[in-house]
Amino acid sequence: MNTTKFIDEHLFPGQIGYFLTILSLVASLVATYSFARAFFSKEISLQAQWEKLAKMAFIIESVAVASCFVVLFYIISNHLFEYKYAYMHSDKNLPYQYLLSCFWEGQEGSFLLWSFWHCVLGLVLLATKKKWGESFAGVMMVLNFVQFCLATMIVGLYIFDMKLGSSPFLLLREEMNWPILSRPDYLHLIKDGTGLNTLLQNYWMVIHPPILFLGFASTTVPFGFAVAGLIKKKHDWMDKSLPWATFSAGVLGLGIMMGAAWAYESLTFGGYWAWDPVENASLVPWLTLVSAIHACIIYRKTGSSLKLTYLFFGISFLLVLYSTFLTRSGILGDTSVHAFTDLGMNAQLLGFLLIFVIPYFVLFFARFKHIPEPQKEEAIDSREFWMLIGSLILFLSAVVIISITSIPVYNKLFGTKIAPPEDAAFAHNQVQVFVAIIIGLLTAVGQFLKFKGTAKAFLIEKLKLPLLVTIVITALVYIFIGVAFKEKGIGFEGAIYVAMFASIYAIVANIFFWVTMQKAKLKSAGSSIGHIGFGMVLLGILISSSNKTVLSWNTTGISPLRVESNKSPAGNPRENITLFEGIDTDMGKFMVTYVRDTFDILNKRFFELKFKEKKTQSEFFLYPDVLKNNKGMEGFSANPSSKHYWNKDIFVYVTSFQDNSKEDTTTFKPHQIALGDSIFYSNGYIKLEKVLVNPNSSRPAGTNELVLQLAITSKEGLKYTANPGIVLEGMNLQSNVDTIKAQNLVLSFNKVIDQQKGMLEIGVKESAALTNLITLKAYEFPFINLLWLGVIIMTFGFGLATWNRAAKLKEK
Amino acid sequence: MKKTHIALLVLIAAAIVVLISYTGDLSSYETIASAKQKEGKFVNLIVKMDKSIPVQYDPIKDPNLLEFNVQDSLGGKISVVYHNTMPTDMEKSERLVLKGKVQGEHFECSAIVMKCPSKYKDNPNAMKNQPVTISN
Repeated sequence: MNTTKFIDEHLFPGQIGYFLTILSLVASLVATYSFARAFFSKEISLQAQWEKLAKMAFIIESVAVASCFVVLFYIISNHLFEYKYAYMHSDKNLPYQYLLSCFWEGQEGSFLLWSFWHCVLGLVLLATKKKWGESFAGVMMVLNFVQFCLATMIVGLYIFDMKLGSSPFLLLREEMNWPILSRPDYLHLIKDGTGLNTLLQNYWMVIHPPILFLGFASTTVPFGFAVAGLIKKKHDWMDKSLPWATFSAGVLGLGIMMGAAWAYESLTFGGYWAWDPVENASLVPWLTLVSAIHACIIYRKTGSSLKLTYLFFGISFLLVLYSTFLTRSGILGDTSVHAFTDLGMNAQLLGFLLIFVIPYFVLFFARFKHIPEPQKEEAIDSREFWMLIGSLILFLSAVVIISITSIPVYNKLFGTKIAPPEDAAFAHNQVQVFVAIIIGLLTAVGQFLKFKGTAKAFLIEKLKLPLLVTIVITALVYIFIGVAFKEKGIGFEGAIYVAMFASIYAIVANIFFWVTMQKAKLKSAGSSIGHIGFGMVLLGILISSSNKTVLSWNTTGISPLRVESNKSPAGNPRENITLFEGIDTDMGKFMVTYVRDTFDILNKRFFELKFKEKKTQSEFFLYPDVLKNNKGMEGFSANPSSKHYWNKDIFVYVTSFQDNSKEDTTTFKPHQIALGDSIFYSNGYIKLEKVLVNPNSSRPAGTNELVLQLAITSKEGLKYTANPGIVLEGMNLQSNVDTIKAQNLVLSFNKVIDQQKGMLEIGVKESAALTNLITLKAYEFPFINLLWLGVIIMTFGFGLATWNRAAKLKEK
Repeated sequence: MKKTHIALLVLIAAAIVVLISYTGDLSSYETIASAKQKEGKFVNLIVKMDKSIPVQYDPIKDPNLLEFNVQDSLGGKISVVYHNTMPTDMEKSERLVLKGKVQGEHFECSAIVMKCPSKYKDNPNAMKNQPVTISN
C-alpha cells in the first residue's frame, strides 16, 4: 500500500464526488424498483405508498447527479490537476466559457450530462404527474432504470476484477504510472493540464452537446410510454407521449444541426455533413422518431398503425443506445474522425444496449398478436395512407444508413475486411436524394389530404396554385443558381433537380396550407411550420452541396511540364493554392494576398488574407488560423474562416504553411547582360527581354526611369517576370529592386555599362529568407443560410407542436 | 392483403435492393502485395511510412503534389503519389490508411486517414507512462 503523504492535494471534492455517484447509483435502483412496484401493484393504497418512496428516491438521485455536476465543475474550474479529468481535459489558459466544454470532452462528463437531463425530465414528469395517469409510474420506472445504467458508467467500481464504469473523480496518480507521481510534491511539478482540444474551443461546442444530449435523453420518455403501454396492454398513451416526442425530435434535430454548424466552422473537411459514422449515428434516431410521431398520429386518428408506433418509438430509443455504443466503444476506429476514445468499457456498453434491446423485443413480440389492428383498409386518397408510406420511407432510409454505418461492427463480428466505398458520401447521397424527392412530395401533398379519404376536386383545386408557384420558383432556381455538380453524371444531376422541385413544393404547399386552411394562426400551426422548415433544410442542403465550388483551383505556379498530371487518375482536383507573403495571387474571381500573420494570446496564429473581387474591386479580409502543437498533436491544426454573404459563404482554411526565418546573409552578385541575353541562377535562367524608358507616365517631373523586363524560367519550367529599375533625379540615383519570392530571387538594375552595345549590369541575390508561404483551400457555399434558417423554422415548428399538444392535455 | 402491406413489402424490397447494390460499391482492406495484383482497383491499405526515403513535398513548385514511400506489416513497399497538401502530422503518424489505386509502379492515393498517437481525443493509454506537460 502506498503510504506517501502527498502535498497540497485536494482530496475532499473527489471523495464527495465518489459518494455522490454511489448515492445516485443506489437511489436510481431504489427508484426503479419502487416505481416498478407502484406500476404493477393493483391496490391503490399500495401504489401510493410505493410511489411515495420512489418519488423520494428519485429526488435524492436528482440532487446527487446535480451535485456531482457541480463538484466536477469545481474541480475543472479550480484547475485541480490531481484529478485526471481536469488534467486531461483542461488547462489554466482556457477561456472561462470553454470550461463547460471540458465537461463533455470526456466520456464520463457526457454520461453525467445525459443523466442530468434525465433528472430534469423526470422532475417535469413528477411535477405534472396528474396528466400522465397510469403510465406515469411505468415511464418513471423505465427512466430510472436508464439512470441506473448510466450511473454504472461513471461509478468506477471494481467488482471481481471487472471494472464497472470509469469515474470522473479518479486521481492522476491512481491511473498513471509516471515515476514522478510517487513523489510527495508531485503536484508542484505538474504545472498545467493537457488542455482542451482546440477544435472543441468553439462556442458551438459549449451549446451543441447539452442540446444533443437533451435530445437523446428525451427519447426515453416516449419509449417509457410504449413500454408501459405494452406491459399493461393499454394503448391510450398517444396523446400523452406526443408532446414529448415532438419536443424530443425538435431538440434532437437542433442538436444534430448545431453539430453540423460546428463541423462547418471548425473542422476542415469543407462542409457541414460528411456522412461520418458519428453524424449518422445521431441522425438515425431522429429519422425513426419522426416516423414514430407520424405513425402515432395515424393511430390517434384512425386506429391503425399501432404496431408500427410501438416499433418506431422503441427503435428510436434503442438506436440512441446503439449510437452510444458505436461512438464510445472505439469500434469505429479508422472510419470516423470524431469518435470518443475507447475507455475499455466495451462489454459494459454492449450490456447497456442489450439490456434494453432484448427485453423490448421480447415484450413487443409477446404482445404482437394482442395489439389491435382494424380490418378495414386505408383508402388510397386518405392522409393516413400516404403518411404511413412517408414514415416507412423515413424509417427504411434510417435502416439503410445505419446498416452502412455498421460496417466496422460486421468486420468485428465476422472477421471480414470490408471497407467503405471509394466515394462513401456519394454512396449515401445517391440513395438519400430519392428519399428526399418522395418525402418532399409527400410533405407537400399530404397536408391537403384528409383522414379517411379526400375529394379529388378539392385536392386538385387546392394543389393547383402551389404547384404553379413551385414550377415558377424551380425554373428561377434552375436559371439563376442551377446545379454545378456534374461529376456523377446526368442521372444524379437530374435527381437533384427533381429533389429541388420536391423540396420547393414542400415549402410552398405548406405555406399555402397554413395561410389558406389554417388562416395563418399559430394554434395548430406546428405541423405546417415544421414542414416548411424541413423543406427549407432539404432545399438548403441540395443547393449548397450541389453548388459547392472550389475557388482555389490551382492555375498559377503549376509547371507546364506537369500539365499532363493535372488530371490525376483519382479525379482528385488540385484544390490547394500557394500564397507567398505580400504577393497578389490570382484565384479565379479573386486576387488574394497573404498580408501578414499575427499570434494571439492562445498561441493561435492568424493569417490575414486580403480578398479582392476582380469584377467589383471590392475587398474583404479573412483570418483563418492555425494552432501549433494542439494537445499532443505534433503539427498544427487549422481553423477555417468564412465570409458570410446573404446568399453565399466564402470558406477558406490554411492547409500548410512554411516559415522562413533564416538570416538573410547573401549579397547581390553582379552580372553583365545585354538585350536578349540570358544568365543562369541556381534554379534556372533569367532573360533580359526589354528595356523600358519612362514606362510610367505619371512619374514626378524631372525624373527619368529605366525599367528592365526580365523573364525568369525555373528548371521546372515555371515562368515569372521581374521589373527592377532605376530612377534618376538630377544626380540622385535610386534603385528599385524586384523580388520573385517563389524562386527566392531578388533582382536589381545596377547600371548601364555600355550604352552603345546595350550592355547592362544587373544584381542577382538568391536569398533563403524570403519564402513565407501558406497553401490555402477556398470554397464557395451558396445559399447555406437557407439550411440554417430552415433548421430554426423547423425547430420552432416542433416547439409549437409541443406547446399546443401539451396545452390540449391541460384542457382535459 | 391490404394495400399498406403491399406498400410495406415493396418498400422493404427497395431497401434490400439498395443495400445489395451498395455492397457492390464496397472496397476492401488489402496488403501492398495483394493491391499490386489488383492494379487499378480501388483499395484501402494499412501502412506505415518508410522513413528511409525522404518525403517529397514542395509547395513552392506544386502545393498539390506529395510523394512518399510506405511499407506494410508484411514488408511490402510502394511509393505513393497524393495530389493534395501534406497532412500535418503525417510523419508522426503511427499508421496510415491510404485509399486509392495501384497504378503501374506507384500507388495513386486519393485520401489519407491518419492514426495518430492522439488525434481528435487523447488516448489515455498512450499517455499512461509518459507525462506531457511536466517541467522540473
